Amino acid sequence: MVIRTFKLILLLLLGVPVVASAQGKLNVVTTTEDLGAIAREVGGDKVAVTALAKGYQDPHFVDPKPSFILAVSRADVLIVVGRELELGWLPPLLSSSRNSKIQPGAKGYLDASANVRILEIPTGQITRAMGDVHPSGNPHYWLEPGNGRRIAQAIRDKLTENAPANAAYFAQRYADFDMRLATAEKRWDATMAPYKGTKVVTYHRSWPNFMERFGLDVMGYVEPKPGIPPSPSHTLELIQDMKRQGVKLVVVEPYFDLKTPQSIANQVDGKVLVLAPSVGGTKEATDYIQLFEYDVNLLAGALKQVTGK
Amino acid sequence: MRATRFAYAALMGAVLAMAPRPALAQTSAQAQTIQEQIDQLRKEFGDRLAALEAQLARIQGGAPAPQPAVPGGLPTAEVPAGAAGAGGPSGPLPVYGPSVTNAKVFNPDMAVIGDFLGAAGRNEVNPNPALEMHESEASFQAVVDPYGRADFFVSFGEEGVELEEGFLTLTELPGKLLTRVGRMRAAFGKVNGLHNHVLPWTDRPLVINNLVGGEEGIDDAGISVARLLPAGPLFLEATGQVFRGDSGELFKSSKRGDLSYVGHLRAYHDISESTNVDLGASYSYGHNPAGIVGDLDIGRFTTKLFGADVTLRWRPLTRAIYHQFVGRSEIIWSDRGQFGGRQPSMGYYASGDYQFARRWFAGGRYDRSERADDAALLDKGASAVLTYWPSEFSQVRGQYRHIDYADGPAANELLFQFQFSIGAHGAHPF
Repeated sequence: MVIRTFKLILLLLLGVPVVASAQGKLNVVTTTEDLGAIAREVGGDKVAVTALAKGYQDPHFVDPKPSFILAVSRADVLIVVGRELELGWLPPLLSSSRNSKIQPGAKGYLDASANVRILEIPTGQITRAMGDVHPSGNPHYWLEPGNGRRIAQAIRDKLTENAPANAAYFAQRYADFDMRLATAEKRWDATMAPYKGTKVVTYHRSWPNFMERFGLDVMGYVEPKPGIPPSPSHTLELIQDMKRQGVKLVVVEPYFDLKTPQSIANQVDGKVLVLAPSVGGTKEATDYIQLFEYDVNLLAGALKQVTGK
Repeated sequence: MRATRFAYAALMGAVLAMAPRPALAQTSAQAQTIQEQIDQLRKEFGDRLAALEAQLARIQGGAPAPQPAVPGGLPTAEVPAGAAGAGGPSGPLPVYGPSVTNAKVFNPDMAVIGDFLGAAGRNEVNPNPALEMHESEASFQAVVDPYGRADFFVSFGEEGVELEEGFLTLTELPGKLLTRVGRMRAAFGKVNGLHNHVLPWTDRPLVINNLVGGEEGIDDAGISVARLLPAGPLFLEATGQVFRGDSGELFKSSKRGDLSYVGHLRAYHDISESTNVDLGASYSYGHNPAGIVGDLDIGRFTTKLFGADVTLRWRPLTRAIYHQFVGRSEIIWSDRGQFGGRQPSMGYYASGDYQFARRWFAGGRYDRSERADDAALLDKGASAVLTYWPSEFSQVRGQYRHIDYADGPAANELLFQFQFSIGAHGAHPF
């Protein structure tokens, strides 16, 4: 009786049809909204893009929700940030996805970090005493337009590999994105030019690519070590250093508490600035170019206030 | 090294190629700027190359890079003094092994999680030791080949070692079936599938101890097949599992045909981006040891288990690292065959855990469960839990637990726990 019931359940399991993927479009799943935005730029109406993590949440701490398994199970292409950013939540989604197309190494898998410029690659021995360090380098590399361009190139090639009939379409979309990005870069460079060399403090190590690209110098962090919450002793040291060096600006991601950054800013007579680290991090950052548009303008406005330039 | 040089050369080439090309009409100032950028890149390239060469030299003990003496460019070692001659090898010998062949990149992700428990207060029915290194769980996880991955979890107690789980997951089967083969914790309810280190308490609820085999639970060698069922935005997963039929004191197989079975249906839905609900229904069947006398199973008794579980989670995305709430409840019915007839019994727990700061969690749990072999014995308990996370990789927990045992004096205990992990970063529990 029990065995018969069990066999019946198995037959039911095997007999139910699998959900078909969207007709005519590549189902693209990205781990973050930044990659999703670039995939939309390149893929246009030939792709249906689903981004898993929201731009206003900490991408290190994302719940591997079963609804994400559904999305990944239907994906034709999966694009990941890599560099251990999704280590805490992507592996269970992959192993439960039942989707061989998007497993690492498969035709539908793209690690967007493969050909970009990565900063802060540790040298020598690393241990967790250094905090939550990423052995393969800082994973927040998308915050640099040059890397955005390289990500778009990689996505163009991956989409072409999976839908060769649309190769010319993807190439044209990429060229258009490249041109618009180049035009915008000139505008951002001009906006940020007066502030080259200005020192700032950031909460987490999310901004090395961004700050380097626009010539700002990150002199310290609110976190004593990556992923470790602020401590009183470190905060006091940071305040002293900021006073000594005349640093007035504390840049914070939208998912961190503002209490400590605000008290630091009060001590140095400075300012706290919440920038969007990702597309969707604020409602104005609707796509990849708008992300920089928002951050650059906000940052320049704040720097103007604190530097008087 | 050659690859590194090539990479830098390619990078530099790419950057140079992307650099704005001066038009004929450009001013000399612009050309000067570009020249400065090129010089800067050249300098960075040179500096980084020099740093890499210096690092290589340090690794090799300050010696210059050796010339390959054997095909493939492998490092070499000399035949030890006194060992040369006698027809053996001579001259430089190739050195093999992971450190020189990069074979270690295929090593599995490894981690060890330590679970130290302490107990104070009074418990005369089911006392824990005052101090114990309760468990050291070693995990080894890797992709096997293009068709599957393997996960091993070996549990080292203070006195023994056991394979908690060790299974192959096949990812290439047709029909979107998720198939696992090996020893695994069964998909019965919620808590049975959880390892100790992801529990929100130092112990397991009374209903799990009384009706589902305690800490070990349904953990057996078998085959599991799970399938996603089409239900629109609803995540609906059906799982069927067949096991050998040996799970501690819960199921006992006396013959090859005494298999045990587990069926589980899970429905999950995102109510909003911050809130979700997870529902489950479970069934299990197997032979129990109640009829075993000596080595013979003269009773041939069976146990059926039915379970229902609900989990409600709230985690605001913009403050996900500071606040979350998880409410859980499981109700389990047992129908156990034994001398004297079948014994129905039931039990449940309900718990809530709230993260009120980045490193702090507080929670409570209420337990109520009859005993599987005598439903007249009803145990009741309540716990309050406080957890502190120094980092993602360690936690300290205290739990006050009160239990009214049906067959003994009430227990009032303070349980405490230190957990710490080393090695590969595991997945966040969900």
